[in-house]
Amino acid sequence: MTENSRASATAPAPEGASPGRSRAHRPDFAHLWDRYGILGVLVLMIALMAVLAPNFLTLDNAFNIARATSINAILAAGMTLVILTRGIDLSVGSNVAVSGIVAVLLWTGGMPAAVCVLGGILVGALFGLLNGALVAYLALPAFIVTLGGLTYLRGTAYLLTDGQPLVADDLGYQLMGNGFFAGVPVPVVLMLLVCLVLWFVLRHTRFGTEVYAIGGNPEAARLAGIKVRWTLVRVYLIGGACAGLAGVIFSARVMSGQPTAGETYELDAIAAVVLGGTSLMGGVGTVQRTLIGAMIIGVLSNGLLLMNVPFFYQLIIKGAVIVLAVAIDSLKNWKRS
Amino acid sequence: MSGSPLLRMDGVSKSFPGVRALTGVSFELRPGEVHALMGENGAGKSTLIKMLAGVHSPDSGSIEIDGHPVTVDSPQRAADLGIAVIHQELNLAPNLSVAQNLALGREPRNRWGLLDRSRLREEAVAKLERVGADIDPDTRVGRLSVGMQQLVEIARAVAQDARVLVLDEPTAALSESETQQLFTLVEEMRRRGMGLVYISHRMEEVYQLADRVTVFRDGQWVDTSSREDVTPEQVVSHMVGREFTDLYARTRRAPGEVVLEARGLGDGSGVGPVDLRLRAGEVVGLAGLIGAGRTEVARLLFGADPARTGEIRLADRPVRLRNPRDGIDNGIGLVPESRKEQALFLDMAVRDNIVVTGLGEVSDLGVLRGTRITRRVTEQVETLRVRCSSALQRVRHLSGGNQQKVVLGRWLAIQPRVLLLDEPTRGVDIGAKHEIYKIIDGLARDGVAVLVVSSDLPEVLGISDRILVMRNGEIAGELDHDEATEESVMLHATGVANGAH
Repeated sequence: MTENSRASATAPAPEGASPGRSRAHRPDFAHLWDRYGILGVLVLMIALMAVLAPNFLTLDNAFNIARATSINAILAAGMTLVILTRGIDLSVGSNVAVSGIVAVLLWTGGMPAAVCVLGGILVGALFGLLNGALVAYLALPAFIVTLGGLTYLRGTAYLLTDGQPLVADDLGYQLMGNGFFAGVPVPVVLMLLVCLVLWFVLRHTRFGTEVYAIGGNPEAARLAGIKVRWTLVRVYLIGGACAGLAGVIFSARVMSGQPTAGETYELDAIAAVVLGGTSLMGGVGTVQRTLIGAMIIGVLSNGLLLMNVPFFYQLIIKGAVIVLAVAIDSLKNWKRS
Repeated sequence: MSGSPLLRMDGVSKSFPGVRALTGVSFELRPGEVHALMGENGAGKSTLIKMLAGVHSPDSGSIEIDGHPVTVDSPQRAADLGIAVIHQELNLAPNLSVAQNLALGREPRNRWGLLDRSRLREEAVAKLERVGADIDPDTRVGRLSVGMQQLVEIARAVAQDARVLVLDEPTAALSESETQQLFTLVEEMRRRGMGLVYISHRMEEVYQLADRVTVFRDGQWVDTSSREDVTPEQVVSHMVGREFTDLYARTRRAPGEVVLEARGLGDGSGVGPVDLRLRAGEVVGLAGLIGAGRTEVARLLFGADPARTGEIRLADRPVRLRNPRDGIDNGIGLVPESRKEQALFLDMAVRDNIVVTGLGEVSDLGVLRGTRITRRVTEQVETLRVRCSSALQRVRHLSGGNQQKVVLGRWLAIQPRVLLLDEPTRGVDIGAKHEIYKIIDGLARDGVAVLVVSSDLPEVLGISDRILVMRNGEIAGELDHDEATEESVMLHATGVANGAH
């Protein structure tokens, strides 16, 4: 060994760092913020609401928040993968409507509940596949492809329902939205399940490593033998399947197929991903942090509601909090460089 | 050796959290002097430059211009003091014209307060003339070659009456003729009494241009000597802190069977037809001028770009390489030209950067197996002596040499039959260069066929058993290790050798 190993390159790294997560090495503020900052924001938010909002700190309300967050969290978990590859999926909100409607249509058409659920998820996944194929194989910009998807899927939703809600009072899979599993609302269980699965996929599978690699450096990924296009297709397919599941849950919750379901949900999902610290430049981020991002949005909405803050103000506050959180994040990056 | 110094830095120190970047260094620059600043990556050169550029302020020590103490606390202040820094990454707006770039921030206005286009153009012509640059001021900067862009940036510095000009690795991305043009300009600026701080890893350039050479090591001043008083060997040993006897580490090798053969290989647009053979246990150098098609050939042999004509045979069996995966599956590896753009995942761990070429081998049904990953990564980190705090450290925080070793490790891990290396030591300090040469030698002795594309002639001559010289997309000559000289390679590269026949 020569003596020219550099202090800057030999500081201890945090234990258990993973791709996209192993960042600074010094136990300074930037590092602490990196690892726990977003969790701190959530805890702070909960503490604040506990003081300000009446009846905030109850188990019932905790379930309310979790249930209200579940659909956004599921969409955001799928969106995390898409954004990790430097992409975006604006079509998930409209996809929620279409897949929910298809699930209800299958039920009214006499299919068993399980087929309706799987059918809804499958429809979502298929539109994800279409987005992915256009992005990967025709090299079209994801923003444009999925902006188109947002529009034509909404049109499809109206077409399938003739513009009217498709009510099904006897919906066989309604426990997907309103049921409980071991005392926990089913949508919450599904949310945790989706996040757990996608955490495992990103952290412990070959596909997960390929996702980070493609987002970090697409050309290097190709030259390292990764099948970039095929991986991208699977990423959008997973994002679409998450939208399909969210659509099924939504339709179960309201026991109907709503053509207006999921409007602007894509924006909430992107907000959760970004709040969770995933870089829009790709390659950096995790699903568990996205889940925390979604929770922050959920806690904030719920607290404002309990405080009887007028809806218009709720929107203004929510928007400001998102911008503020991202501003803090980029300020930290700016200071480090 | 007379006259008061233009710039004087005395006892300058700078620390960053956890790192002492500079410890009490002194540096002096006289008018009309080219002063080379040398040192390995991490020696403190960049920190010193950033102080001159007004990016960092020293923790202690003083900076004087013309004998007056100054504080350089912002880039604007640096410009006012007549200090200009030309960085490796150029600082121009690619979408604006040359004239607009030259006037950036001080655009001429007409009496309506609007941009005065004709004056903008006139001024640009004058500024370009001062540096002898033959560039159309209306061209968008992004369309210029790197060398031309550099000229534009120097023209801007000269136009702003810079007296201290810092050139950071200015020739790293220049062609031969652009380099010559730069050298002429350096001479001209010296004659005008400007002081130039010249940073380069290339010893030949330093000896061609510099009046004095200062060496830093580990953030400390080691030596300042006039060029005549110090040999290149001494400079190198100052830089690394020990003697180098055999930089290129080439041992006797016995090439075996032909492993890879290309016949009539071409990309359908200017490169080819190329015939070449690589033997097991042989290091073949691929030399030639920039643009001769060397990188293209390496990429065709790997499958990074599909071949349009000709065939590739591996162990006398024809293979089709349509994409990099095909190359890897056939035991071919490519270390690409640009480490950061084409090879590394900077925000991923050393571990992931190494296993990325063998994800199939370290996973079962798509699930990664930790023990197999650890074994694969540990083996490479240890044999290549990658200096990192752990395999989980992000590659971004490694030095250039260690980053390149990580890229090498990725390819050694697939146990290649053929390894193609495109500029493997570019931007790497001399200690790491030596280690990379040893790795290449070790590969050849293990029977791997190695092809090295390099613009560094002494390197090609030092490590290769055989040298292929490319010109205009074709192989223009082949030279044995013992007969090859810089002159004979350049004769083939420029076409003089063929013309003589």
